[in-house]
Amino acid sequence: MAELHTLTIAELSEMLSSGACTSVELVKDLLAVIDARDEKVGAYLTIDREAAMEQAHAADEARAAGKSGVLLGIPVAIKDLLNVKGQPCTCSSKILEGYTAPYDATVITRLRDAGAVLLGRVNMDEFAMGSSTENAALGKTSNPWNLEHVPGGSSGGSAACVSADEAIASLGSDTGGSIRQPASFCGCVGVKPTYGRVSRYGLTAFASSLDQIGPITKTVKDSALLLEAICGLDKMDSSSVDMEVPAFSAALGSDTSLAGMKLGLPKEYFVDGMDPEVEKAVRDAVEHCRSLGAEIVDVSLPNAKYAIAVYYIIATAEASANLARFDGIRYGMRLDGKDPAELYGRTRAAGFGPEVKRRIILGTYVLSSGYYDAYYLKAQKVRTLIRNDFSDAFKQCDAILAPVTPTAAYRKGEKTDDPLKMYLDDILTTPVNLAGNCALSLPCGFSGAGLPIGLQIIGDAFREETILRVGYAYEQTTDWHTRKPEL
Amino acid sequence: MSESNQGMDVGYVARLACIDLTEEERGLFQGQLDQILHYVEQLDELDVSNVEPTAHAIPVYNVLRKDELGSSLDHDAVIANAPSAADGQIRVPKIIDQ
Repeated sequence: MAELHTLTIAELSEMLSSGACTSVELVKDLLAVIDARDEKVGAYLTIDREAAMEQAHAADEARAAGKSGVLLGIPVAIKDLLNVKGQPCTCSSKILEGYTAPYDATVITRLRDAGAVLLGRVNMDEFAMGSSTENAALGKTSNPWNLEHVPGGSSGGSAACVSADEAIASLGSDTGGSIRQPASFCGCVGVKPTYGRVSRYGLTAFASSLDQIGPITKTVKDSALLLEAICGLDKMDSSSVDMEVPAFSAALGSDTSLAGMKLGLPKEYFVDGMDPEVEKAVRDAVEHCRSLGAEIVDVSLPNAKYAIAVYYIIATAEASANLARFDGIRYGMRLDGKDPAELYGRTRAAGFGPEVKRRIILGTYVLSSGYYDAYYLKAQKVRTLIRNDFSDAFKQCDAILAPVTPTAAYRKGEKTDDPLKMYLDDILTTPVNLAGNCALSLPCGFSGAGLPIGLQIIGDAFREETILRVGYAYEQTTDWHTRKPEL
Repeated sequence: MSESNQGMDVGYVARLACIDLTEEERGLFQGQLDQILHYVEQLDELDVSNVEPTAHAIPVYNVLRKDELGSSLDHDAVIANAPSAADGQIRVPKIIDQ
């Protein structure tokens, strides 16, 4: 039998439907691969083997009884901030050790309805705060392409498990680049959907005006298939929009021509300090899109350079409010005190890691009396300028091509002592979250050291079909996505 | 922003945020957060006096649900997560003396 773990959702779905393999065989194969590799990669925090096998059996039985569906029996790994009933949900934080989720997140309900197998929970930066998964309190994750390098973050486990063939696909979340950047670092495809596309009910909130859940997969088509399953209105999340969910996979098109497509190239996105190898790979990808018939136009996003300053005000402000719920009272860790205030202070001191503390303190400060207008309100106004830049750009083009990060995956420990240096790496991803539109990341080359480089395709709000189509055309006419790390 | 930024007192703000910091953390965070606040001062270059703030990226407002009774989380599962519980309720330290 083919090495099932190396295949895609699209391929496996056909095999499952023709009877060439079963979900039970597939899950067994993946568990064996996890046993062999995850000691090195460190993607998973917890795996409920029994539950996974039960779901695989149930999927095979449902299929035998006449049920069908593209995700039926397909194993998916879950970032450890999505609630799955009866499973832990630690957000890779000590403060949530011992917590058992009493309900399913809406995306989990949708995956269950589609018959997907929930394979296990994967590592992340604590509460999704970080860009390297080095802020994880409960596990250490490596880049499958070079174990000395970071997998990116915060959805580092979600990207590493897909890259290492330890999962067929995964879910991550993206507040400032946390899907696209690890996907880029690990050579995967990742999509940050438009704000409002996917319900966040059951996602542990970091920054509520920015957070979105999205897929990390081996191919563009797989991302489209997973998106179809998780998007759509949910009464449990009032920020989810009442719009029809397009058949994303059908929008990929039957040919790879980009004729008639206008793709924008923002000069501001080729920033100082960008690795020449990254710039070359992205510029080559742009030329490739031109050769597929796209017209390349120059666009300008003049306020994008302020995105980091705006992002680290808005995201920390929202985080300081969202993380107030971790107080040692209702769930998770508790360090006792003589009164509630002492209990809170001790519990939060022991439960949160340094980056989470830093961000809560910064967020508390920018919202505090006397500083609100100077920081938070000002950041919200500059956020409007960043949004307007994108609106103007999308009057001239259908999608924007850009790098995902200034460099390929760096060595572990390289930036952990300097938070600002780590933040600055998010310069090319945060503008999309602030504007609320959608973007995907897909492989477009490798550095001389053999690490993947990503291409970012940014779309206007609710234009996922456009970026998926461009990504698909690029992918189908290149072979970067077919390469695998040696493990 | 620059005139309002007299520097952050990390110890004071941490107390507002209910996080006990060690002496070492306070010193470390003070330096790191001062550096970050200095970085965000670049927003002062922009005149945004006539710009509307963006709080939310999509135009969805005042989403109300029907005032109908629905199901809630399983009581036992919720209480099972509490660090301390008795009689189906969460135990906390005494709030009022007497």
